[in-house]
Amino acid sequence: MSAKTSSTAQSDAPEALDVDVLISGGGLAGGTLSLALAQAGFRVATVDLENMATWTDQGFDGRASAIALSSQRVLAGVGIWDVIHQETAPMLDIRISDGHSPLFLHYDHTELTDADGVSEPFGYMVENRSIRKALNVLVPNTEALTYFAPNRIQSLDRAADAAHAVLQDGTRIRAKLVVSCEGRRSPLRDQAGIKLTKWDYHQAGIVCTVEHEKPHNFCAQEHFLPSGPFAILPLPGTADKPACRSSIVWTEREDLWPLIMDLDDEAFLEELVERFGDFLGGVTLVGPRFAYPFSLQYAHEYVKDRFALVADSAHGMHPIAGQGLNMGLRDVAALVDVLTEARRMGQDIGSLAVLEHYQRWRRFDNTLMLAVTDALVKLFSNAVEPVQLARDLGMAAVGQMPDVKRFFMRHAMGTVGELPTLMRRTSA
Amino acid sequence: MADPVSSAPGGTADPDEIARFTAMADAWWDPTGKFRPLHQLNPVRVQFIRDNVCRHFGLDADAERPFAGLDFLDVGCGGGLLSEPMARLGAKMTSIDAGAKNVEIAKIHAAKSGLDIDYRNVLPEDLAAEGKRFDVVLNMEVIEHVADPQAFMAASAMVMKPDGAMVLSTINRNLKSLLMAKIGAEYVLRWLPAGTHDWKKFFKPSELARLARAQGLEFTDIRGMVYNPLAGTWSLSATDLDVNYLAFATRG
Repeated sequence: MSAKTSSTAQSDAPEALDVDVLISGGGLAGGTLSLALAQAGFRVATVDLENMATWTDQGFDGRASAIALSSQRVLAGVGIWDVIHQETAPMLDIRISDGHSPLFLHYDHTELTDADGVSEPFGYMVENRSIRKALNVLVPNTEALTYFAPNRIQSLDRAADAAHAVLQDGTRIRAKLVVSCEGRRSPLRDQAGIKLTKWDYHQAGIVCTVEHEKPHNFCAQEHFLPSGPFAILPLPGTADKPACRSSIVWTEREDLWPLIMDLDDEAFLEELVERFGDFLGGVTLVGPRFAYPFSLQYAHEYVKDRFALVADSAHGMHPIAGQGLNMGLRDVAALVDVLTEARRMGQDIGSLAVLEHYQRWRRFDNTLMLAVTDALVKLFSNAVEPVQLARDLGMAAVGQMPDVKRFFMRHAMGTVGELPTLMRRTSA
Repeated sequence: MADPVSSAPGGTADPDEIARFTAMADAWWDPTGKFRPLHQLNPVRVQFIRDNVCRHFGLDADAERPFAGLDFLDVGCGGGLLSEPMARLGAKMTSIDAGAKNVEIAKIHAAKSGLDIDYRNVLPEDLAAEGKRFDVVLNMEVIEHVADPQAFMAASAMVMKPDGAMVLSTINRNLKSLLMAKIGAEYVLRWLPAGTHDWKKFFKPSELARLARAQGLEFTDIRGMVYNPLAGTWSLSATDLDVNYLAFATRG
C-alpha cells in the first residue's frame, strides 16, 4: 500500500523522497491528476489535508457534479469510471425553463449523433463522494504514487534545480514540479505571489438530495427563478426505484439562504416543493443539506518556475452551467499531455518553457468559460421585465435553430476545442 | 591561460564569436531571457534528432531513454540547452564549447539537474587528435559562427564513428532569412541581441550539403523549422527550409 498516514511516515528520515511531481491537494482534480501522472510513468507524491477514511462520509461533501462526455473519458482513462459507473446517471435530456414562462429550451441527446448514428448522453451526474470512494480504491494500488494524508506542505522552496518541500510530519520531498490542486483557497498559489481576481455573486447554492415518486427519466432540469437557477439533476436511484433520486442545487440570495438553511426539515421541504413543482410526484429529503456561497475567481498566472495551478486553484466559476469540475479535468488532461510530451523531448518538466505550454493551452479556454458563466448568471438572475422577455425569446430562438442548438449541445458535452489525449474518443 | 574568454584559441573557433556568446552566458538558462528562442526551438530540435537517430540505429523512439548506450558529442554546447535533454533521453554526453564561461555555466547547471555530462572547453579538432569517436555528433546552430566552416566540418566528421551520424542545423541565406532571422529576430522582435548573427555566414542547404559531401557525408533528412507566432511554438516542415533548417547526415 502506497498511501501513508502521518503515523507511518518516517519523520526523521534523512533522505528526501525523490519524485517527478508533488501534488498538493488530492481531491477530485488532484486525485485524478495523481492517478493519470502515475499511470503515465511519472513518480508522484500527493499530499492532502483530509483523512481518506472520513472524506467519503455523507456530511463531508453533499454535491454532485455534472460530468461532460469528455470528462467521463478522463475518469475512464484513469480507472475511476470503472469503479463508479454503477453510481452514475446519464443525462439524456436537458430542459431549461425561465420562471413560469411557457417558453423553454429542450435538448434531447438523440438530436446529436455521431458518424455511426449513435447518440451519446450529454454527460453524467456523479456524487462527489463516489469519486472519492473510487480514489480510496485506486490510490493504494498505484505503484508510482505515494499519498500523504492527512498531511500538508509546511514549507516549500522552489530552487533552480528542484522544489524542496517539508511536510507537517517532517517528511522531505524533492520534486521537479509542484502542482496545486488545493481548490479555491490555495496557500501555495498565494505563496508563489500569483495574483487573484475575485468577485462575489451574493448568492449561495443550497444543495441537497431528494427522492421523488415518479422517475426523472434521466432528464436534467434547470428553472431560472428570480433569485437564480434552481436545478434538478438526475441521480441513480435504488434497485426498486431506479430513477427516483435527484440532486438539487437551489440558488438563493445571500440575505435569504441562511434563513432557509435554518428552517426545520418540514418547513425546508415546503419551500423546496414550492420551487420544485409536482411533476415528479411527492418529494422527500434524504441526507443532510449544504450551502455553498457562489463566487468567481481567477488566477492571473497558472505557472511559475516548478509550479502550476490546476482546476479550482486556477479558476472558480458559478455552477450555473455545471462546468467547474469539467474545466478542472480539462486542466488535468492537458497537463498530463504537456508533461508527457516534454519528457519525450528530454525537457525539464518543471521548467517555465514547458509549463508555459500548459498555461497557453488552458488559460484562454477557462477564461472564456468564466466569462460565459458570468454572463449567464447576470442574465438569469435578473427579474427586469425586458431582460426576461429577451431571454425567453432567445431560448425559443435557439430552440428553432438546429445548428446553433447543436453547437450549444456539443459545448455541454465538452467535445469542442483542442482536446487533450485523455479526452479524445478512442476507437475501442 | 592568457585569454580569459577561451582556453582554446585559434583552430576552427572565431574569437569574436566566442566573446559575444560568453558575455551572454549567464542568460543561457533563463527561459524568458536572451535565449528564449533556443528554449522554444528545443522541442522540435529534439524531435528531429530523436526520430532520425532512432531510425538510423534501429532504436525504439517511444522508449523512455531511447539513446541509452550511444555516445553523443554536442559541439558548441553553450549552456547545455540541448545536452541536458539528450542526457535525459539516455545519451552518454560529451559536450564542448570554445567559451570557457559557457562550459562552467553548463557544468553547474547539469550538476543541479543531476545529469552526468562531460563538459569540456575544447574544440572538435582537439577531440579528433585524442582519438575520440562518437555515434552522434551534434552541430546545432554552430557552423554559422565558426571561423573556417570547411575545417570545422572536417574535424566534426573525423570524430564520427564509421556508422555514426551528424546532425546539423543552421540558417538559410536568402532575403527571407535576412528579414526574419537577422533583422526580425535581432532588431524588431529583440529575440536575440543585435549582432548575434552575421548574415553573410549563413548557409544555403546546397552549400551545407556540399561541405558535408566533401567529408563523405550524405544528407538523409532535411527539415525546416517554422514558427507559429500565435501558438508561440515551432514545428518541423518538409518543404519550408527558408529560414531555420536541420539536416541529418551519415556516411552513404
